[in-house]
Amino acid sequence: MPTDLDNMVKVFSRPKSLTDVRSTYCPGCQHGILTRIIGQTIDELEIAERTVIIAPVGCSVFAYLWYRCDAVQVAHGRASAVATGIKRADPKLIVLSYQGDGDFASIGTAESIHAANRGENITVIFVNNQVYGMTGGEMAPTSLVGQKTTTTPGGRDAALFGYPIRFSEMIAQLDAPVYVTRQALYDTKRIIDTTKAIKKAFTNQVEGKGYSLVEVLSTCPTNWHMKPVEASKHIADVVTKVYPLGDLVDRG
Amino acid sequence: MGEKVLMRGNEVIAEAAIRAGCQCYFAYPITPQAELLEHMAENMPRLGRTFVQAESELAAISMVYGAASVGVRTMTSSSSPGISLKQEGISYLAGSSLPAVIVNVVRGGPGLGDIAPSQCDYFQATKGGGHGDYHMIVLGPSTVPEAGTLTMLAFDLADKYRTPVMILADGMLGQMMEPVDLPDPVDITTLPKKEWATTGAKGRDPNIILSFDLDPEVLKQMNLELQRRYRKIERDEVRYEEAQTEDAQIVIAAYGTTARIAKTVLRMARDEGIKLGLFRPITLWPFPYEALKKLSQRVQTVLTVEMSAGQMWEDVRLAVAERADTPFYGEMGGVVPTPRGILNEVKKYAH
Repeated sequence: MPTDLDNMVKVFSRPKSLTDVRSTYCPGCQHGILTRIIGQTIDELEIAERTVIIAPVGCSVFAYLWYRCDAVQVAHGRASAVATGIKRADPKLIVLSYQGDGDFASIGTAESIHAANRGENITVIFVNNQVYGMTGGEMAPTSLVGQKTTTTPGGRDAALFGYPIRFSEMIAQLDAPVYVTRQALYDTKRIIDTTKAIKKAFTNQVEGKGYSLVEVLSTCPTNWHMKPVEASKHIADVVTKVYPLGDLVDRG
Repeated sequence: MGEKVLMRGNEVIAEAAIRAGCQCYFAYPITPQAELLEHMAENMPRLGRTFVQAESELAAISMVYGAASVGVRTMTSSSSPGISLKQEGISYLAGSSLPAVIVNVVRGGPGLGDIAPSQCDYFQATKGGGHGDYHMIVLGPSTVPEAGTLTMLAFDLADKYRTPVMILADGMLGQMMEPVDLPDPVDITTLPKKEWATTGAKGRDPNIILSFDLDPEVLKQMNLELQRRYRKIERDEVRYEEAQTEDAQIVIAAYGTTARIAKTVLRMARDEGIKLGLFRPITLWPFPYEALKKLSQRVQTVLTVEMSAGQMWEDVRLAVAERADTPFYGEMGGVVPTPRGILNEVKKYAH
């Protein structure tokens, strides 16, 4: 006898390009949403068989476990340089350089800027959560003025430690990048916007257009000492004031 | 073969790399190896291969890491201060078992030092250099033609053992011109396929390149695998040269440019009736301990001569132990020892 179950259609599932390995991210961390968006994009563009994921140093060091794609784990800050080496060695490969703010905007400053300036045909996703998550919540170059971290217990003092660095704006000053955008994940609309931005960043690479950078504002409830919902709200209300959302360059 | 040309050492290393099938070269300018970079800049694009002048030595070695993970033959070159910056990447190459060739045209140090020939980076090259328990194969050419043949060999060894290999030259070798028989180009389509490379997971499980595991037991196994490979290299890849050691009472132990100068000293000493021989390690790691140990049993003195404060000297003393005297003579700061200067040292031990 037919049941209702027989008429059910599966409309949502894990992307094929993601593995079922259990996540190492903390509850409420938005790396997970981003991982899903990337997996979905890889599926849609049918590029899993020629994608190389670069797993950086930091909370996303285990990125090589999440995708059914080849992956290379690299030294702290060098992801964009390694991406250059991979892409130049085989331009048919689709290279994702997935980097945190310490990696991309501090220790890898030179590698990040020069890969962008050469217009390497790669996709960079730059996760900005304003803190060093993996090592215990220290100040990042992106930390807000006044933000309390384990290395700025009294709050980030601009006179001593400078200001939050708007790295994507710096990259946007260069002639070569084809797409530079800042997105967030704090509500459904932003998740949809981020999904579109990431698809565009990969499509640019597939079409050989050049360097694309998607900065994503992300939560770190653990090191911000906030509940996940509160952390999301903090991005919407406070962080986006310092890091405005939207496209900075779109020459696609 | 038979294509005899007059070339500078730096250019010979570059040309040999091209002929070995180097597909991607990444580097940052520094004296005294700039001609190597320039030869690659001129020739790699013409051959449809990759040349990138990197923003730094860190970036250059990281680009090498990327290209090596895709499985192509790849190289970077620099001189002492730049090689210090590359240590991070070399450690990662070793930890991730990636083949690559690194050229160090050594200059005087420490710090900024000068741009004159030196052998002061022997410790850094042969004892690790970067962090972690690793070695790389280190080849010490003594002449410009040998710089070419050892560069070809470096690519083969790198692929065979999935390890970084260093050419440890010096400013003299880099700058000197000599007639060279350029080696025939390698047909890269005949090289063994690198099944481990990250070429896209098509029709197979994903390949992962990494030097990382948080589980100490797993990382220990990864280390043991490296150590097993190192023992095999020590067993199978030791290379050295002996000259006039058959009747020698005194032997000079020297490598690279210093060994070449020592060959002149052999002639001078023999003319004066001194029974002098030469022991020249070609692989600086693995060091030819056994061969030198054997030789030390039948000589009175093993005089180490280096353009350093005595770095290879430590390996010589390990090999010789108490079997012979092991004095040292060296120059530093980019000063090149003269044949006369070395001969005067030899005479101190000739009875």
